[in-house]
Amino acid sequence: MADMTQRTEFDPLATGGKGRQRRARLTVYGLLGLFAAIYLMPAVIIFLNTLRPLEEIVRQGFISWPGSMSLHHWSEAWSSFCIGGTCEGVSRYFTNSLLMAVPATALSTALGLVNGYVLSKWRFRGDAWVFGVITLGVFLPAQMTLLPWAFVLGKLGLSNTISGLVLVHTVQGVSFTTLFCRNYFLNVPDDLIKAARIDGAGFWRIFRRIILPLSPPILIVTVIWQFTGIWNEFLFGTVFTSGANQPITSAIVAFSGSGTGERHYNVEAASVIMAALPPLFIYLVGGKYFVRGLTQGAVK
Amino acid sequence: MSTLEINDLRKSFGAVEVLKNINLSARSGEFVALVGPSGCGKSTLLSMIAGLESVSSGEIRIDGHLVNDEAPKDRDIAMVFQSYALYPTMSVRQNMTFGMECRGIAKSEQEREIQRVATMLQITPLLDRKPGQLSGGQRQRVAMGRALVRDPKMFLFDEPLSNLDAKLRIEMRSEIKKLHQNVGKTTIYVTHDQIEAMTLATRIAVMNKGVLQQYDTPDEIYRRPANMFVAGFMGSPTMNFLNATVVQGRMLRLEGAEGVLLPLPENAEVADGRSVVLGVRPEHFSPLVARRSVRKGLKSVPIRAFIEMLEPTGAETILMGRVAGQQVVLTCEPDEAPTENVEAEFEIDMDRVCLFDPDTQVRL
Repeated sequence: MADMTQRTEFDPLATGGKGRQRRARLTVYGLLGLFAAIYLMPAVIIFLNTLRPLEEIVRQGFISWPGSMSLHHWSEAWSSFCIGGTCEGVSRYFTNSLLMAVPATALSTALGLVNGYVLSKWRFRGDAWVFGVITLGVFLPAQMTLLPWAFVLGKLGLSNTISGLVLVHTVQGVSFTTLFCRNYFLNVPDDLIKAARIDGAGFWRIFRRIILPLSPPILIVTVIWQFTGIWNEFLFGTVFTSGANQPITSAIVAFSGSGTGERHYNVEAASVIMAALPPLFIYLVGGKYFVRGLTQGAVK
Repeated sequence: MSTLEINDLRKSFGAVEVLKNINLSARSGEFVALVGPSGCGKSTLLSMIAGLESVSSGEIRIDGHLVNDEAPKDRDIAMVFQSYALYPTMSVRQNMTFGMECRGIAKSEQEREIQRVATMLQITPLLDRKPGQLSGGQRQRVAMGRALVRDPKMFLFDEPLSNLDAKLRIEMRSEIKKLHQNVGKTTIYVTHDQIEAMTLATRIAVMNKGVLQQYDTPDEIYRRPANMFVAGFMGSPTMNFLNATVVQGRMLRLEGAEGVLLPLPENAEVADGRSVVLGVRPEHFSPLVARRSVRKGLKSVPIRAFIEMLEPTGAETILMGRVAGQQVVLTCEPDEAPTENVEAEFEIDMDRVCLFDPDTQVRL
């Protein structure tokens, strides 16, 4: 697997005459800069608004450089801002989201790893069919599953609970994690499994000692994918939970819903950024592996 | 020490029968090479011996014990794969101890075995490296080490040398032979390289299209091939097949415009007027001027060949030409080679030629 030879990157911008090289670089960096600005601008504007006093925002509008800055709105958003009747800030909903996203990510990833291992390395009659049915979940719109889930959660007594959301997200996520892991494990040579079986290893020992140590790239991909997906998910959270049990994405919608008193744009902006921080953090930590894992095996 | 017996073994994948009625047995300590072109079923046969493929019908016995339905780990065999199949995330040491660990062998015993095998294969300095940090030859050695540490009943090799470059392949080939001489374990060795089969094996099983063509010693396979497939597959350059007819009782007339006449080899029992195929290996031609038959006291007949092209390899020169209008390839010593586009005189060692039936392709 590991290759010892050092490869030097091919740089297509360093070919041709001096003039062509300069023009090529200008075009490439210009376009990249433009798109980076398009994606970064909203984040920058929202962040600047978290620092501005409310009357300044009302007076000068949303898009303006802050006259005076304060981090006060961050602490207000976290612990004392009133959302939907309770005045505990977003901290409670942030915790809800963590309690939902972490177990659901762990469970769906673990199931995906085992499913992928079985479907790629322990072929059985009808395995393609089973794989097809599991991955069907990738293509089914989430709205379609709302009513069945409402029925199941009701029967299980998990309506309006975080555990109910963990169950929903785990099951919904298994389609993706199985697809990722199975395709990744297809690249693990079958000879390794054969050698291990001759060596006397069984199903779980091969999984633990051979497959899992090879899995970090795909593990990172599925964890990032699942965590960001589950954290940012809004539909199930809004439909199946209410009040104090809502995940943060559903809770901050209450800002636009309340509509009675005056709008605290600066505190709301801080809440929105807080809600976006965990996926951002995960991506900053594992993004390098994420891109590498997604493309692994595509080009040999 | 252990024996292998394979009786009436068949294997089908769906409607496709890939192994047809294989019968084979290996004595204790024997080195058996399974050789044949790709797709002949040799690797499938090896996988079935290892227990990695199920048996459709027939039986496989190790030490007389029926193993058809036994799991690979219970057969007490070790296998070296073409890809080496070293566990990439484990060090060389862990690769070698994995099998012992699965079998619950004590740590101290594991360490002793590692030391013994690592010394034998000279891989002690590599024990703490990962497979990715090893060269091809080193990986090959480690793969053999992993097979050796468990002291199994039988070694299975699946084309272990085909991923190495030419020079290393020859080195490792002699190492495997030396290893077999030292350890003396029953070995089944799959290869598509007839030279590996000839150099290593005590007996060779030549397979084609799922059928065992011949199972015999290398010498016997080379001198008395059972049919035209075996004759053509074993030996390089390949054996020449000349179409001929039996005439005048004891003569062979080569087909072609000139109608060359040769005496029929002794002890050949063929009827007058019958079509046959005369098989002559390239090295059983020699230039008449070299007088090899006189020097060695061989029975030979002179023949004229028109030489069209030379391929010098250094050690010998390969000549492409025609005898009686039929394409032939012959070899001779470089200094005895004629020039291109001339008709030269050769002699054929008649004791070494084979006659085949053109329809059944079986040796007469």
